[in-house]
This record gives sequence, structure tokens and C-alpha cells, in this order.
Amino acid sequence: MAVYKRSYKSYAGPMTAEWSRFWIIPRFAWAGLFKQRLLTILYVICFFYPLGAALVIYFNSNMSFLRQYVPVPDKLLDIGNSFFFAFTTVQSGLGFILTALIGPGLISPDLMNNALPLYFCRPLSRTGYVVGKMTVIAALLSLITWIPGLMLFGLQASLADQAWWNANAYLAGSIFFSSLLWIMVISVMALALSAWVKWKVVAGGLMLVVMFVGAALGEMVREIARSDMGRYLDLGYNMARVWSSMFRIVEDTGSITLEESIAVVLAYSAVCVLLLMKKVRAFEVVR
Amino acid sequence: MARGHPLRTAEINERMNSVIELDQLSVRLGNREILKGLTGSLQARTIGLLGPNGAGKSTLINTLLGFYPPANGTARIFGHDIRTGRNAIRSVVGYMPENDCFIGNMSAVTFVRYMAELSGLPPEQALERAHEALFYVGLGEARYRKVGTYSLGMKQMAKLAQAVVHGPKLVILDEPTNGLDPPARLRMLKLIQEMKASGTMHIILCSHLLRDVEETCEEVMILKQGRVVHISNLEEERRLNKRFLELETFGSQNGFLDAARGLGCECADLGNGRIKMVLGDGVDVRNIYQLAAERNLQLRRLSNRRDSLEDIFLRAMEN
Repeated sequence: MAVYKRSYKSYAGPMTAEWSRFWIIPRFAWAGLFKQRLLTILYVICFFYPLGAALVIYFNSNMSFLRQYVPVPDKLLDIGNSFFFAFTTVQSGLGFILTALIGPGLISPDLMNNALPLYFCRPLSRTGYVVGKMTVIAALLSLITWIPGLMLFGLQASLADQAWWNANAYLAGSIFFSSLLWIMVISVMALALSAWVKWKVVAGGLMLVVMFVGAALGEMVREIARSDMGRYLDLGYNMARVWSSMFRIVEDTGSITLEESIAVVLAYSAVCVLLLMKKVRAFEVVR
Repeated sequence: MARGHPLRTAEINERMNSVIELDQLSVRLGNREILKGLTGSLQARTIGLLGPNGAGKSTLINTLLGFYPPANGTARIFGHDIRTGRNAIRSVVGYMPENDCFIGNMSAVTFVRYMAELSGLPPEQALERAHEALFYVGLGEARYRKVGTYSLGMKQMAKLAQAVVHGPKLVILDEPTNGLDPPARLRMLKLIQEMKASGTMHIILCSHLLRDVEETCEEVMILKQGRVVHISNLEEERRLNKRFLELETFGSQNGFLDAARGLGCECADLGNGRIKMVLGDGVDVRNIYQLAAERNLQLRRLSNRRDSLEDIFLRAMEN
């Protein structure tokens, strides 16, 4: 390459719209994330279950096709709220593992290298930064939760009769809102931990701790104090309680009401948002 | 065209010409008042921000960038109020922080491109400008290396590249020569002078190194304990210094002073043959030599009195 003197030139070209700039953060983050082979493999695995579920839905409505080759009953299984509840639970679990892998690496490197002033000296707000980082997780998780969920729902609706549609139309909203709630909660949790814990492995581990140790503590309190109050510590339980209600699954839920479970989920999220916004600043003020 | 009130128009014109206008700006961090009612207007192409450690230089920069909220008063950059026009300010400003600031797991070209896109450049232009900026600061050959592996001097240059990549109207350089060896320092100062010479950019140089500021800046603001203690136009001072003479004569003056006054010079006889003189328009030193020769007056010493930045700074600190 020829080496020649370069002088400073100002820029007078086109500019992008200000609202669209939060999208730059996820674009650069994904480029870095998918260089990791383990993550790419895990992400591909996340699509196996939706693919299998699509086959089940298809064959369930076309048993005559299968009957040509093997003796099978009229229906493989009943496609309804339990089917989509199971789908959402499995995919959300995979999404949680994915988030534990990618979430902790989103903010901590910026904090470790003091990069936040470089973001915030540009026309990008703290909210824009956090939304951008959340989009990294939310978009990846959407692709394995509510988007395939709604596609499966659409497939089933197209293959089933009007009666199925009349009885199960609400499931579209259930799939969408339950996944969205889960994505929001674990995204802010991952980002908050990433902002407060510098080591990625430790932050990823802490996500598991919050989820499973919270459940264990909750059970301990239940056993020792013989009270359901311990379940307030169990985020997974409360989330499942909210989902059950959304999917109209009847379960023995103890004395914790739906409203209380919603409050617990919202409280967890609010604490995470507060912790996150406390740390995401250009400079920390030493008082 | 509608005519505004003359005073108001003058005020607006001054604001438009000002790079930075401070209007009773106070900043509190916790219980401490760090900046105390700063007032002043800075208009030059290169502005030095001077002061001892803890004077409030970095706090002022961070406040101008909207990182800290003002407790009282306000400031304007190119007429944009820091309270209401934060995004407008950030769109036209480039910032090179004092501390190590980078994204370690990115190559320099990706890092600078990323910053350019966040400043609003479309992806293709951002990539092109990132390459240009890195070549400009002398990191062309190392642009595909991760920034985390750079030496301190290279990191400083990468920080400069990200600050200028989007072609800002104003670049704020916070201690840009910190940690640089002499050749790297000279290179940094040369780059600053080149940017100034481009005529498209204003520069604020925050430093405690008087020499760096003296070599690059046209105007200087000196802070002490959170207050502005001096604002001075160095260019103006340099121009005035050139017109100022200090003479030591020997022998009878024979109307030398009157003759000099006749040429339009202002003179002050300090006694013992010492004279201070401000040269009149169209008069140069050659005319003074001529006057002295005509009167057989010996000029034992003739010097331009030069108030160095160090003199100005020390005086400001004493005040």
C-alpha cells in the first residue's frame, strides 16, 4: 500500500437518524458474539425444539399421511395450551442459558476499560445505551421464543378447524406476552450483573445463583417457617405462576396469589433496572 | 427583514461567535461545590484550559459534555445550552478523555468505526473515515491490532482518532500528552497544530503542562479552586509583546524620548537610562535604532518584553 501524507479533513457527508443509533450497539455486539463457536452451536440447538414441534403439529393434522407407513392413532397429541406452555418453558430455559453466556459480557468490558464516556460524549443517552445492550439479548431470545412460538401457532391455526381457533385464539397473546416478560426480566438481570460484576464467568454464575439459590432459599423458608412467604424469593416460581395464568393452566399454587407473583417479578426487574442505571454513567461521582 | 433590538442582536452575535460561554456556572458533586459561578466567553480556535490539580478543569469538561448537571447557572457551546441542547452539543463535539478509554476486544479500525457510527455516520462512511483517522494519527500500520494490546502512546493516538473521526466542530482534549515520551508528545502537538490549521475545528486543550498550551493555544482560561482567575488571549498578548520594547541606554538622551513620541510611540522613562516603549503604528525597531544613532545615544540592551504563559499563570495563581 502506498504511504503518503494524510491531512485532517472534516466530514460533510450524510448522517443517520438519531433514533436509529441504538441499533448500532447490537449490530457490533452480534458480530463479536457469533465469532464464539460454542455460542453459535448453542444457538443452533435452540432451534431444534421449534423444528420438532412444527413436525409434530404438521403430522398431527396429517395422520393419514403417516398411516400409509406405520399404524398410528387418529391424533398424536392434543395441541392446545399445554403444548404451547411446554414450548415456551423449554425455549425460555434455553434462552436463560444463552443469556447467562452472553449477558455478562455486554457491559462489564465497557466499564473495565472506562469506555462509557466515549459512548455518552456522543448523541447517545444512557437509556439508549441500555436499550441497545438489551436489544442484543432481546432480539436473540425473540428469535427462539415468541417468534417461532407464533409461527407454530399460525401453523396449527392454519391446519386446525374453526373450533380450535375459537377455543385457543388467546394463546397467541399468551405466547407473545409470556416470552416478552421473560426476556425483559432476564435481560435486565443479566445487564445489571454485568454492570456490577467485572468478571464475566462470575456474573454468568451469579445469574444461576439468583435463579436457583433463590428457589432453594425459598424452599428452605417454606419448610422451616411453614409459610409460602419464602416463595417471594423464588423468581422462577413466580414467573411460572404468571405464565400458568397466561396459558390458563390450572396448578396448585399455594397461598401466593397471581397479583403477588406479578409484583415479585416486577420488583426483581425494578431492582435490576435501578442497579443498572446507578452504574451506567459516564463518570462515577465520588462523594 | 425584521430588525431585532440592537442590544439583543449584539448579544446573539456574541453568542454565535463564542465557542464556549459560561454564565454563572456552578457544579456540585455530593456536598462539595467543585465549580463556583464560572463566567466568561471563549472564542479562539484553540483554547487552553489551565489550572493546578483539583482546579476543576475535568469537571468543567464533563459538565460541558452533559455528564454532570449544573447546580446553578449554565453554559453554552456554539450557542447550544448545556441544559437543553445536550444532543446538539454532543453531535458537534469530539472528546478525548484523560484516562484509558477504549473497547479492548476490538481492533482499532472496528473501534473507531463503531464510535463514528455512534456519532451518526452511515456504516460505509464510518469505515472509510476510521481508516483515514487512524492513518492520520499514525496508527495506519497497526489498525487491525486490538486496542487492548496497544502501548500507552498508541492508545492516546487511538483516542484522538475516535475523537476526530466524525469531523467535529469542537474537539476537547483532556491531557492529551499524558504519559507520552518526548517524540510522541511532539507528534501529538503537531497533530493538534495541524487540526487547528485545517480551519474547520475548534480545540479545547485541557492540560497542566504550560508548554503544551503555549505551543498550541490562542486563548487560555485559568482555573483555581473552581473559579476562573484569568482569561487571556495569547495571540493578542503575543502581538502586544511584539510592539513592546524595553531599552537600556547609555549617555545623554538628547531629546530621544520626544523624537520617539513624535513618531507615535508611547514612552516611559524609568530612570538610569531605562526606557519602556510601545511602538506606534508603522514604527519598527529600525526607526528606534535610527533615532538613537542620530543622537549618539548608545543602546546597551533592547528587548521585547515577553509575558510568557508561565508569567501569566503565576500571576493568576498569586491573585
